[in-house]
Amino acid sequence: MPKRTDIQSVLVIGSGPIIIGQACEFDYSGTQACRVLRQEGLRVILVNSNPATIMTDPEFADATYVEPITPDYVKKVIAKERPDALLATLGGQTALNCAMALDRAGVLEKYGVELIGASIEAIERGENRQQFKKIVEELGGESARSVICHSMDDLLAAADDLGYPMVVRPSFTMGGTGSGMAYDEADLRRIGGAGLAASPTTEVLLEESILGWKEYELEVMRDRMDNSVIVCSIENLDPMGVHTGDSITVAPALTLTDREYQKMRDLAIAIIRAVGVDTGGCNIQYAVNPADGRLIVIEMNPRVSRSSALASKATGFPIAKIAAKVAIGYTLDEIQNDITEETPASFEPTLDYVVVKVPRFAFEKFPEADPTLTTHMKSVGEAMAIGRNFTEALQKALRSLESTHAPFDWHKEFVELDKDALLAEVATPHDGRLKKVMDAIRAGATPEEVFEATRIDPWFLDQLALINEVAVQLIDATELTPDLLRLAKRHGFSDEQVGKIRGLSADVIRGVRHALGIRPVFKTVDTCAAEFAARTPYHYSSYDEETEVQPRAEGKEAVIILGSGPNRIGQGIEFDYSCVHASLALAEAGYETIMVNCNPETVSTDYDTSDRLYFEPLTLEDVLEIVHAEQLAGPVAGVVCQLGGQTPLGLAQGLADAGVPIVGTTPEAIHLAEERGAFGRVLADAGLPAPKHGTATSYPQAQRIAHEIGYPVLVRPSYVLGGRGMEIVYDDAALEAYLEKYVANGLINERQPVLVDRFLDDAVEIDVDGIFDGDELFLGGVMEHIEEAGIHSGDSSCALPPITLGREEIDRIRRSTEAIARGLGVRGLLNIQFALVSDVLYVLEANPRASRTVPFVSKATATPLAKAAARVMLGESIADLRAAGVLPAEGDGGHLADGAPIAVKEAVMPFDRFKTADGRTVDALLGPEMRSTGEVMGFDAFFGTAFAKAQAASYGSLPMSGRVFVSVANRDKRHMIFPVKQIADMGFEILATAGTAEVLRRNGVAATVVRKQSEGEGPDGEPTIVGRIRNREVDLVINTPHGATSGGSPRADGYDIRTAAVLTDIPCITTIQGLGAAVQGLEAMRRGDIGVRSLQDWAALSGRASTGGNA
Amino acid sequence: MALPARNLTPARPRSALLVLEDGRTFRGESFGAEGETFGEAVFSTGMSGYQETLTDPSYHRQVVVMTAPHVGNTGMNDEDVESSRIWVAGYVVRDPARVPSSWRSVRTLDDDLREQGVVGISGVDTRALTRHLRERGAMRVGISTTETDPQRLLERVLQSGEMSGANLSEAVSTQEAYVVPSVGEKRFTVAAVDLGIKSNTPRMMSERGIEVHVLPATASLEEVQAVAPDGLFFSNGPGDPAATTGQVELLRGALRAGIPYFGICFGNQLFGRALGFGTYKLKYGHRGINQPVMDRTTGKVEVTAHNHGFAVDAPLEGATSTEFGEATVSHVCLNDDVVEGLELRDADGNLRSFSVQYHPEAAAGPHDAAYLFDRFSALMEGKA
Repeated sequence: MPKRTDIQSVLVIGSGPIIIGQACEFDYSGTQACRVLRQEGLRVILVNSNPATIMTDPEFADATYVEPITPDYVKKVIAKERPDALLATLGGQTALNCAMALDRAGVLEKYGVELIGASIEAIERGENRQQFKKIVEELGGESARSVICHSMDDLLAAADDLGYPMVVRPSFTMGGTGSGMAYDEADLRRIGGAGLAASPTTEVLLEESILGWKEYELEVMRDRMDNSVIVCSIENLDPMGVHTGDSITVAPALTLTDREYQKMRDLAIAIIRAVGVDTGGCNIQYAVNPADGRLIVIEMNPRVSRSSALASKATGFPIAKIAAKVAIGYTLDEIQNDITEETPASFEPTLDYVVVKVPRFAFEKFPEADPTLTTHMKSVGEAMAIGRNFTEALQKALRSLESTHAPFDWHKEFVELDKDALLAEVATPHDGRLKKVMDAIRAGATPEEVFEATRIDPWFLDQLALINEVAVQLIDATELTPDLLRLAKRHGFSDEQVGKIRGLSADVIRGVRHALGIRPVFKTVDTCAAEFAARTPYHYSSYDEETEVQPRAEGKEAVIILGSGPNRIGQGIEFDYSCVHASLALAEAGYETIMVNCNPETVSTDYDTSDRLYFEPLTLEDVLEIVHAEQLAGPVAGVVCQLGGQTPLGLAQGLADAGVPIVGTTPEAIHLAEERGAFGRVLADAGLPAPKHGTATSYPQAQRIAHEIGYPVLVRPSYVLGGRGMEIVYDDAALEAYLEKYVANGLINERQPVLVDRFLDDAVEIDVDGIFDGDELFLGGVMEHIEEAGIHSGDSSCALPPITLGREEIDRIRRSTEAIARGLGVRGLLNIQFALVSDVLYVLEANPRASRTVPFVSKATATPLAKAAARVMLGESIADLRAAGVLPAEGDGGHLADGAPIAVKEAVMPFDRFKTADGRTVDALLGPEMRSTGEVMGFDAFFGTAFAKAQAASYGSLPMSGRVFVSVANRDKRHMIFPVKQIADMGFEILATAGTAEVLRRNGVAATVVRKQSEGEGPDGEPTIVGRIRNREVDLVINTPHGATSGGSPRADGYDIRTAAVLTDIPCITTIQGLGAAVQGLEAMRRGDIGVRSLQDWAALSGRASTGGNA
Repeated sequence: MALPARNLTPARPRSALLVLEDGRTFRGESFGAEGETFGEAVFSTGMSGYQETLTDPSYHRQVVVMTAPHVGNTGMNDEDVESSRIWVAGYVVRDPARVPSSWRSVRTLDDDLREQGVVGISGVDTRALTRHLRERGAMRVGISTTETDPQRLLERVLQSGEMSGANLSEAVSTQEAYVVPSVGEKRFTVAAVDLGIKSNTPRMMSERGIEVHVLPATASLEEVQAVAPDGLFFSNGPGDPAATTGQVELLRGALRAGIPYFGICFGNQLFGRALGFGTYKLKYGHRGINQPVMDRTTGKVEVTAHNHGFAVDAPLEGATSTEFGEATVSHVCLNDDVVEGLELRDADGNLRSFSVQYHPEAAAGPHDAAYLFDRFSALMEGKA
């Protein structure tokens, strides 16, 4: 059945900022969808507030609205664009919830917009647990026994029935927010109570425990002729009890007989049909009792999910793309399989390899958070690896995590391991458990013992035992024979692991290996286990016999682009954005582009993005093998290391040492910027001031520097991203504690000293992105932070163009940037952070690489910075690129035209995902260590409206009326008066603690005094401010932290206030600068209707064609 | 939960050699029985169901290469066998399981292969081997754990029998007729000629109220008629359909007698021949459980289990007049347009008989095509 002819335009809703449980996999799916719909000749209208996405590049839609994904704003887009249809199944839960709200509000009906993909009824049937359970039962399937509860009384009554432990699941929340396992009544009261609050329908489901059962997922695709296929089966190595997003998962399922698998398959197809997902993808999760095979359906997502992205990368079957095609009427048999180019999409991929996904966590950013893994997702990213067997794939996946703690290691000397302690430790799932399981096996634990402790399937446990046996052979062998080395490589051991065991360096092992001719071959992901020839070079390495890398076409030169690996806080989608842009730009410039990455969530690992894709770990060993294979295939111009963040940057020197050409900024220049002494000389030569600073590797050294500079000082390890370990330290004791901690965990050592800087209080922080070609600087954009200095730039909101800087200051910034770029020898992108204090422009740091803000700046200024930078790296000049139309003919991002819109970036924090061991939420306080997971952009003509949009997109809208609670630190009281008075004048009721209220009253602002948390409830039960926030009696919280921090520990006062605000989704402003911005936002909102405008319209208005796509 | 005993591969596994008739050689390790074996090398792309595959009589005299790297993970049980023994002539896998894991497992795969004398090889680049077969076509192969010289093994491979022209039905068929009773009330009687039948086929029929009289491959029309069947069924099975004449004649007789017919796989090829179509050998066949087939009578796509090296040569479009009525191609494989089903209608357009090239009984594989057994019931009921 061909494409529908009654749809000419489609509105696609993205997923907004990256948050835990909803990451860049939805950029991948949305980008695919937009691409497909446009190819089909439809007008595509897109709404997504996340500027770091590829999908919001102006060339991917006809009208791109970087606007908040709230019913209000999307309604405005609908009213303006009048789309025929709405596709909401590719933007995660955010898009789905927004579509549901638009439907409930009658917007879709009013404007005649048809929801395609899944109907409202189907979404409800799939997501409403009661309805879903009924459907499963009617189909002859089984669900876990459960009870729906709407109150605490319901919960307690149900507990009597089901017995502890049991699973608590709030309805209609994202990524499992608020779910947990209750082992006793106290747990139930805590988790269940929070769940009732978190559920938009005040609904919580209690379920019998299926903890420890085997867990599976099937990805299903259906078209409107009722043809259904299973794209992929996924098996969780971590049994039930750990959220799938936090589990190590494997594709295909490896421990099912065909009978059991077909039973799941039959049910999956029956369910998608009964739920009524007419077209598109969905996933269904199952649990299997390992003792008797009892099969239970857990849940379904009636939309494309995180697992869909994984399944697409694992199989080569592009789920989102196909989902978009079937949504507009095609049937699966009419859609071609891109990889074979001869078979249709109406088949089920079959794999002749094993895929392993491992999660990446960020507990180091939240030291107070409980690292136990539960049904509530906590990981911030993931790495995927492909191997010809499980052991190879698993070990590749573990080293893809880029954490020194992730891969298994065996020291040469036998270390006495405490088996019982290890078994006790692995009984609770946590980050790094698998390594402990390996240690337990090494300590002599039997498979039975490990199974009893972990419930990991015996087949997987035996595979771990197999890895250990190979390691023991490596340990025991008198000589590292070719056969033994080959065996180790076949089971995924890295040169580094082998070297550690044999007491040799990885370089030596590599040398031996190459001398023996033991090298990996590269196989192809082809959807069909080689039954048909693959036309798409999507490769993975394996120590097998035959390689499939094809020679390069005559006259083509390749560029290898290294991606950024698993998402983590501080290195996420923004870097993937730059890599993808480089790939597109270099393809346009005539190169064959080769992408290397191991992150399944990204656009860069779409086989459509680059000419060749290597789904491989980003380690020196793996990258060198790819370079070798590609050099055999044809000429390689070089490797791009400066776009994927710290990961590829860290590989640059090693690659250069091995004789691999690095394009763009040289490793020497990177070193100049990173090494403090050298960088200081660069600044001195250019006559630029930096805050007083020094480097140290021990406490006495650091103390001496701190005393010279004077406290407070900013301390951080070198060569890190995202402000890892960055703290403001106020005294000797805190400094000593800091050094102790980071020397102990290896972040500070002789090669990586701690940097000690004067902390510039009251500074205006400025971020700059630019491109330097060796001669000319193109200033991409100048961003002014809204928060005070001391808050990591990644967490700070900022405005572009800068809202308070004048032309003279910007010119100074330009001169300084150029001097640094020249001094370092940059070829390509660089990012510099400045601080402006008392009219002195200090240089805080310079990074000769793509920064996190490149996509934001590109979008705000309609200039494709990463594309331009990629071409500069390969030798073109800025003048060339101006002439070629990639960059504007004149001017740059430093001086935007009058009337150019203002872009406000706001960070999105994951505080609500992390609980302390005693069940409290971690403090919602910003600091010098970056902790945000994502960002949004507010875009409008004026700062106030742009800020209001940024707030609406990130935390829910600023209130139009109601109560505002104010409690500020003494040092902020003076600056608070005027903005608070404005808020009061707008008709808000002001609540304040006694001290703040007094100051306000003296200034003529009436404020109601509320009880502090420390005062407890009043004699007549008067609630404290925390109680009032929890009761949702407050609409906006302004709370700046009191007192000094001691090292990095949260400033305790106000903790309860801020966490209560986070938990109830009430906007919470924690800086005075933020307050000023909020006032402007409130004013803008009250002035009247805030409009929406597409990027394409903005570009036309500001006289600049959207150059994003024409590069 | 009790765990199965660990069956660790010995530190120095015995090596094994695989040589294809064009000389390509792979070295690996011995898996299953030791010794030497020959057959036609074919690859199967199913990721599950190795037990069903191994016991499928259609694989008689074939050396099966598994494209899925891990085989044996769920051990062997007593329920999933499709016949009384393992039929494959040899088995090629990459990473056999050392420890099976399934609550139903009672033996390991390695044990069963050894016990039944099936020679296998592990640790070879099965993907390279599969690509070779895809490009060069199915061919003869030898596996040996005793021979170390590829040239000498190659000589013996070249002396081994070819699949083309082989009539193998009688070798795999039951010698004695037997009856699989219907589940519940008996609605129909079917005479099922065993050309290599899988256990699940009579099981699926009996679940639909069919009493199945399984007859030896040598059954005559009289023997078929002796059970007073409502329908005749020909099963799957090994061999070259062009080398078979007896069953084709039997089928023509049954069609003349107006007995409704349903055939699977080999039964489809023989139906084709009975209708006057030719058959031919595919380059490397269809063996897997993910093949898209369109039922042209409904326009629906089903994902199906395949295991065939030969196919019917019939015009995809239009009907062909035969002495029994109008024959049309009812099912087509969407991957390569191979004929996957035939149907025969009388002058009034009523369905008389039909057959499919693939496996609606699945085992292993998806159940999408199970409706064909209902279609057979409807045909016998006169409601098709």
